[in-house]
Amino acid sequence: MAYILIFITAIFVNNVVLSQFLGICPFLGVSKKVETASGMAAAVAFVLVFATVVTYLIQIYVLDACGLGYLQTIAFILVIAALVQMVEIVLKKVSPSLYQALGVFLPLITTNCCILGVTIQVASGTYASPGLDHNLLTGVVYALCTAVGFGVALVVFAGIREQLSRVSVPKGVQGMSIALITAGLLAMAFMGFSGVNNGLQKLFGIE
Amino acid sequence: MNYFKILLNGIVKENPTFVLLLGMCPTLGTTSSAINGMSMGLATMAVLICSNFLISCVKKIIPDMVRIPSFIVIIASLVTVLQMLIKAYAPDVDKNLGLFIPLIVVNCIILGRAEAFAAKNNPFASILDGIGIGLGFTIALTLLGCVRELLGTGHAFGFELFSENYGALVFVLAPGAFIALGYLIAIVNKLRG
Repeated sequence: MAYILIFITAIFVNNVVLSQFLGICPFLGVSKKVETASGMAAAVAFVLVFATVVTYLIQIYVLDACGLGYLQTIAFILVIAALVQMVEIVLKKVSPSLYQALGVFLPLITTNCCILGVTIQVASGTYASPGLDHNLLTGVVYALCTAVGFGVALVVFAGIREQLSRVSVPKGVQGMSIALITAGLLAMAFMGFSGVNNGLQKLFGIE
Repeated sequence: MNYFKILLNGIVKENPTFVLLLGMCPTLGTTSSAINGMSMGLATMAVLICSNFLISCVKKIIPDMVRIPSFIVIIASLVTVLQMLIKAYAPDVDKNLGLFIPLIVVNCIILGRAEAFAAKNNPFASILDGIGIGLGFTIALTLLGCVRELLGTGHAFGFELFSENYGALVFVLAPGAFIALGYLIAIVNKLRG
């Protein structure tokens, strides 16, 4: 039950894009078409879960064990950059069709702040997981749910923008301006879920 | 090249937030009040000036193939130093900005300027570019923070202008960030013609 709570909280209540403001660049940049948006979401989910596992292990067995906690930022960004590169190479060999589909989005993921943000949250144990300890399993579940939340927000937003491209928008707010206002309305819709996590926590009987 | 022009370029013509639309995560995430926005802007500016200077100094030593990773390591080291300084001397700022301080590493403005300007120009011009772009970013963040704080709570920089009861709280919360920035960009577009 506690995992379901993490799932609902990460996707609806505390959405990574719309309420934590992580990963705004791809959210605004690749949301013109639903197809590319879902490609991006899949690539982010893949890298995020992978990066969470690796950085968590590095944090526990290398940084904490040697007292090098202050190197966290440098170590993590290097790990993420290397991982993205590696994923690219492996995908090219193993599944060329998926590589073709993700193509351009893979290298962009390195500078997606949602990856570095979530890995730091997991490694330093500052994410909310009521009723569960902060360990590798909870961390991975949290990362996966965050990635799903990112995907949901991105695909819904891309759907709205596809419709938006068919109507005439006043000249002053064309382009990024109307996209941001639309995102604001979407964020408002997601705000309707706030408090749901507390109710569910009571319902499931988790302290 | 005219040095004054470089400085002004970052503030007006290539304003990172309103014109280039870079670094949106900290722009939206840290501007719930004018002070928070300003401290984020200044922190980013500090990293930007140092990284521009360092990268411009070592640009001839770094082989072209490993350019980007080297830039990222330089930026990440600077961010780590800044994070320690903020933790030690301004714990309040650290608490308010939280996760967004280490995330300066992945701010596209910094890597973008390193690649577009510092890797091609001399150290002095690079410092000026860092100051210009940094100031442009700080002004944009402070302005957005001011607008959100004023509309949301009736305060500006903590001073009360009208009663909090008349504020629309939504501007302090997440949706207000998107909407306020959307309208600010529209206004800037209109002004630029």
